[in-house]
Amino acid sequence: MTAVRDEGTAPAVARPAGSALVAVEDLRVSFGDAEVVHGISLSVAAGECVAIVGESGSGKSVTARTLLGLTGPGSSVTASAFTVAGRDALAFGEREWRRLRGRFAGLVLQDALVSLDPLRTVGAEIAEVLATHDVVPRARRAERVLDLLAAVGVPEPALRARQRPHQLSGGLRQRVLIASAIAADPELIIADEPTTALDVTVQAQVLRLLAERKAAGTALLLISHDLAVVSSIADRVLVMKDGRVVEEGRTRDVLGAPAHPYTRALLAAVPSAASRGSRLTAGPPIAVREPDPYARVLAGTGLTRAYGRRVVVDHVSFTLHEGETLGVVGESGSGKSTLARLVLALLAPDAGRVSLHGRPWSDLPESRRRPLRPRIQLVSQDPLGSFDPRHTVGRLVAEPLRLPRGERRARVLDLLARVGLPPGTADRRPRELSGGQRQRVAIARALGPRPDVLVCDEPVSALDVSIQAQVLDLLAGIQAEDGTAMVFISHDLGVVHHVSHRVLVMKDGQVVEEGEVGEVFTRPRHAYTEALVASVPRLL
Amino acid sequence: MSAPVLALPRRRPSAAALRTAAPVLLLALLALAVLAPGLLAGADPLAADPLGALSPPGGAHPLGTDHLGRDVLARVVHGARHSISIGVGATLLAVVTGALLGLAAGLSPKWLDEALARSFDVLSTLPELLLALLVVAITGPGTVNVILAIAVAQIPNYARVVRAQTFVVRRSGYVEQARTFGRPPAAITFGHVLPNVLGPVPVLATIGLGTAVIAGSGLSFLGMGPQPPAAEWGAMLSEGRNYLRVAWWEALFPGLAITLTVVCLTVVGRRLQRRFEGRTP
Repeated sequence: MTAVRDEGTAPAVARPAGSALVAVEDLRVSFGDAEVVHGISLSVAAGECVAIVGESGSGKSVTARTLLGLTGPGSSVTASAFTVAGRDALAFGEREWRRLRGRFAGLVLQDALVSLDPLRTVGAEIAEVLATHDVVPRARRAERVLDLLAAVGVPEPALRARQRPHQLSGGLRQRVLIASAIAADPELIIADEPTTALDVTVQAQVLRLLAERKAAGTALLLISHDLAVVSSIADRVLVMKDGRVVEEGRTRDVLGAPAHPYTRALLAAVPSAASRGSRLTAGPPIAVREPDPYARVLAGTGLTRAYGRRVVVDHVSFTLHEGETLGVVGESGSGKSTLARLVLALLAPDAGRVSLHGRPWSDLPESRRRPLRPRIQLVSQDPLGSFDPRHTVGRLVAEPLRLPRGERRARVLDLLARVGLPPGTADRRPRELSGGQRQRVAIARALGPRPDVLVCDEPVSALDVSIQAQVLDLLAGIQAEDGTAMVFISHDLGVVHHVSHRVLVMKDGQVVEEGEVGEVFTRPRHAYTEALVASVPRLL
Repeated sequence: MSAPVLALPRRRPSAAALRTAAPVLLLALLALAVLAPGLLAGADPLAADPLGALSPPGGAHPLGTDHLGRDVLARVVHGARHSISIGVGATLLAVVTGALLGLAAGLSPKWLDEALARSFDVLSTLPELLLALLVVAITGPGTVNVILAIAVAQIPNYARVVRAQTFVVRRSGYVEQARTFGRPPAAITFGHVLPNVLGPVPVLATIGLGTAVIAGSGLSFLGMGPQPPAAEWGAMLSEGRNYLRVAWWEALFPGLAITLTVVCLTVVGRRLQRRFEGRTP
């Protein structure tokens, strides 16, 4: 890990000692006539980690990009003071910025697949940074690339350097991005949601890597929506909302004793073991209704399904009772979504069966299952993809209803009201709605046929914390009122712990552990569950 | 203290509007030529005047006269009807047949789909014009046969696009969701698959129309299309090229008509395509 810095490259830019690497006062950014950042002040000093936390649209990414002169076309930036590396950045032209990027400050973006050139090997990607800033002589560049890959914990660097981005897993790609960000040994790393697309265990590795850089003296500016991620590594936190900093201070103070109501709401909205059984958003408490242990709704026995030779779901069995939520956790590729498709009978199992109310379900021929299909409904991660792009919300919600034309409209408005959407939504198109509203529409649709089972496949993964909290409260309310049984699939252990009664932990298609949720997560018996639980970043 | 870090000049909307308006206007003129050629050119396109043959543009004949003394303007205007009807007819035939075949392939069991897809591939290996020539060689010259020939040559293009689109839509989240609602296959096919597959077809057809017009003129140029003395752009071009040294106008104006038509159709088609793609995911 230290090999990289031992080369002893001189600091990129000489600057007075003790001052901040980046400092900006009253920063304002606008696109056209719309101002998106309204007067922000922040500074990052060497060896310090500053985090900007906020939800989508809070202006956190724009702020981070502006610090590297990457605000984008059509934007204008003003500030009363803006120094980068001790120089006045307001006077910078594109050439000055280019000289700073990579050398003085490295940028790590969220989506490594789009941030890396698909046609180049990852080795070439990193070597380009070395070449651009002439960090090491040409002859030693290849060697340095391998050092960097090893430094960010990529196994078999010699092999990986010759591969292209699509041949690497998400975690490896993210590490390659970090390697290219630190290639020129910058004094500052700006990381925009560096772990958002990653599984928890990989996220833990990436965070450890960033912490090591910080310990080695690199300054870190971390942009994240995830308070827990931030709390594990940041020294100071800025909470942003609608282009303004609503609260800032030491991480411990801000997260431990938040002063601003928005920070408090944000913290309260995070689902976890502690929030179980209570609301995440303000409002009347949801009546707790215990699952009925005698009313078994759904059961799977020995479910197995392979794609080609790869067994994706391997002898999975489960039961689900009325009013119960069965959480399914696992990392990407663990077979969770395939299990959902088997439960929905969108996919036929190679072996094993699913029964509904003790009667056959997966064994039925499609023509006899079709009339029963409304009993099991799906809420997917991508509501927009599950809507016919030509239809209005009203038509989408009406689709599963078996009602005479005249009664449909009233029922649609009922359903929309139930998920907290105004009647006017019926005439709008899903594209015009926000992510949270779209997921509400998807839930309204699924509720239409009054299902006994709701299969929720990562229903809140694409949503901001506060919106996620609203959707989770909505689902909890529905379960309390209707006694709907739910299969809740998620990679987020906090969410699963909050909503589930029992949980299945999946790895490589198999259930490695199952049981009552508190039991499994507090006293895991399987090594994998233990690793999973240990990887979850915690709020202080 | 204001410093625009990166302020790129924004495009003026008027320029963009002009770029769309010009081709649309020209196409409107074309439509007028097809529907009411008399309004644009008073002269009779078939009236020969041997004494006034090959007179240069100007005076009574704004675009000059051809080798038989016929008014070139009148022939270009009236020729639009032949050239465009060949293009439109062939495109309609190709789109309808191609879309049906593509849909059939996309919705069929695997073996039938494979068989259809491979036959589209085989047809696509032959250059369009060659395939069309082959068909005309069998059926003989004439407007209807040319339409048929071009349509056959273009069917695989539409069939392949529609087949691919059918696969995309069939695997989409909304079709899957409709299955979970317990909707019968026929309802899903007619309610979701067909409308979403056929949505982009009109746009494709607009672009394909240009190609069909060129192909039609090409076949006419080779003497396979409408027979003399009918005015058709490709045939006029073919006759005019014999007099290119002495009377450039006889070949130039039909050639210009073909070029402008195809360019306008392509520009409008591409613009529609971009708008359409911007709307659907």
